[in-house]
Amino acid sequence: MSTDILLFGLAGVLVNAAPIIFAVMGETISERAGVINLSMNGTILLSAMAGFVVSVETNSLVFGFLAGAIVGALVAAVVAFSSITLKVSQVAVGFVLAITCRDLSYFLGNPYMGDVGPRLGLAPIPFLSELPIVGTLLFRHDIMTYLSFILIFLAWGYIFRTHPGLMLQGIGERPAAAFVRGANVNRLRYIYVIIGGALIGLAGPMYSLSVKAGWKGTISGLDGIGWIALAITIFGGWNPLRAAFGAYLFAVLQWLGLALQPVLPGIPSQVLQVAPFPLMILTLLLVNIGDTEWVARMLASLPDSSRHIVERILRALRAKPPASLGVPFESD
Amino acid sequence: MPNPRWTSIYLRLGALALALVFIIIILLASGAQPFEALGYIISGSIGSIGKIADVLGAWIPLVLVSTGLLITFSAGLWNIGIEGQIMLGAIFTTGTIRLLQDSPVPPPLVIVLAVLAGMLGGALWAALAGALKTFGGVNEIFGGLGLNFVATAISLWLIFGPWKRPGVASMSGTEPFDAAFRLATFPGFRLSPWALGLGILAVVVVYFLLRGTYFGLRLKAVGKNPKASYLLGIPTWQYMMLAFVLCGALGGLAGAMQVTGVYHRLIPSISSGYGYMGLMIGMLVNFHPFWAAPVALFFAALNIGSIQLPIVLKLDSALAGVLQGVLVLFVLLAEGVRQKYFNRKAASS
Repeated sequence: MSTDILLFGLAGVLVNAAPIIFAVMGETISERAGVINLSMNGTILLSAMAGFVVSVETNSLVFGFLAGAIVGALVAAVVAFSSITLKVSQVAVGFVLAITCRDLSYFLGNPYMGDVGPRLGLAPIPFLSELPIVGTLLFRHDIMTYLSFILIFLAWGYIFRTHPGLMLQGIGERPAAAFVRGANVNRLRYIYVIIGGALIGLAGPMYSLSVKAGWKGTISGLDGIGWIALAITIFGGWNPLRAAFGAYLFAVLQWLGLALQPVLPGIPSQVLQVAPFPLMILTLLLVNIGDTEWVARMLASLPDSSRHIVERILRALRAKPPASLGVPFESD
Repeated sequence: MPNPRWTSIYLRLGALALALVFIIIILLASGAQPFEALGYIISGSIGSIGKIADVLGAWIPLVLVSTGLLITFSAGLWNIGIEGQIMLGAIFTTGTIRLLQDSPVPPPLVIVLAVLAGMLGGALWAALAGALKTFGGVNEIFGGLGLNFVATAISLWLIFGPWKRPGVASMSGTEPFDAAFRLATFPGFRLSPWALGLGILAVVVVYFLLRGTYFGLRLKAVGKNPKASYLLGIPTWQYMMLAFVLCGALGGLAGAMQVTGVYHRLIPSISSGYGYMGLMIGMLVNFHPFWAAPVALFFAALNIGSIQLPIVLKLDSALAGVLQGVLVLFVLLAEGVRQKYFNRKAASS
């Protein structure tokens, strides 16, 4: 009996993590190309609202998801234009967009608040879904959840195992070298930022049409998810596999927060829901602390045997951003 | 040869016009009469003495955080954790009043202690973000964001847990304080002269700190080029920490003003997004302290003016945020256009 609860809980974790996977993969691709898309929190809300409204009006889920992707791509295009062409601070523009898109979603979505819209249905895979345990865990989901599994490996394979993926790494690490090798750095950056934005934009309708179906304005519970996804991207070290691990870890923690509620009645639900954030800070700390000066000094003073162990742990945790992240590229 | 000063002014006016056009399109798209809606925002913010007092009331926390953020911006830091610093300020203030309200300490002294405690709370929360950056290598944007969520959790836990109202705990906050523990207001208005005075004082102090002192100059050097400043003998990380602490203290003061002057209790959304608005104001004034006060007043007017939109026009009051955000965005883009197309001379010299 309790194994059933565990199984359904874990299956739910995979569903809840799916939109975060899309957002994190989109951000990873954008940052690999050297551009931080800090607007993610606003983009997800705006695309969730747009996807919901469009699918209510057209009664079509496909158009809803399409609308979300287009909204994400458009916001990313603003980020790309301002940071690549105009060389305005990516952090400034991204932050303003994060706030503005959020308010825009509340303003434009107001007339549709509480409406009942279409909802993405389950699509169990024949035969595979009948398998014990694995069937329930992996093969009884909606189509976007399946796509989230595929996206992880697709993104990883593209970045690390293909020639264009190598170029993508190049324009984020050493754009000058990529330029000499014949890459049109700024055009490629535009393309990857916009593709990344479209993936982030798909996360929105995944919430409003599936995971948290509906649009409820400020109480939709979506404000903050984009910031978490941003932190997971860093935790993931710009590697899709590690980022996916981060996304699932976050979803597990959220589920545990809810599951532990009856056990810990003294703690209000809002507190347990933010439990992942201190953990996020802690992981960022572990990821980065190996690079600080005082840790290096302290390590040097340790005896050899223990120093090697600590160094190995820190190195395993460490994540290095693309060297030219946030730096505009000038061809001359 | 166009005068660069006028180019900059034309571009900013162009940005303002574009922002207005964008808003009109948005309003038309949502089926509203644009000029009717904008008219309501104007009448709702300066239509009566009471409304103007409300705008000044919203200006106080906004100008406190904006001036605080100018300090961190000068040091090249993005103190996104300001929201949490406001909340911790409010929590420390509420805690101090709760602790002392039944003691023999005279109420005016309790208020003073509570406000100081609020500044301490904000400063401590900012120091945490600063320490994470300085000693942990955690970018202040992510550390600050995480700490904002933690601060929200702490205030919710207090409101629903140890500080809950007798009877049933609710989102309406903790038990309101007795009248003796509230900041005095102008008779008949919700505006407190004490809070207003502190807001004005903060503007003056920060202006002279950044413009007229050696400290301000060195802080800006740290912001422009931390490595070079370090080599020139400026204690870089100490300056950064100090910038965090000063900004956090002003954020905490904003929280303290919201508790003692406006809500008279701790509520879950005590920061009201003022911290994020302060960041936008910092970007809009291009980190220049002189303009922070008037721009904060404009933002406050938009916020107060849009309050009645849901009632009279069935429009969401988030319109104020959209207006502010679009304005900042277009001004940032206009600045980028100026740098790219009109700044050739400066670039070549």
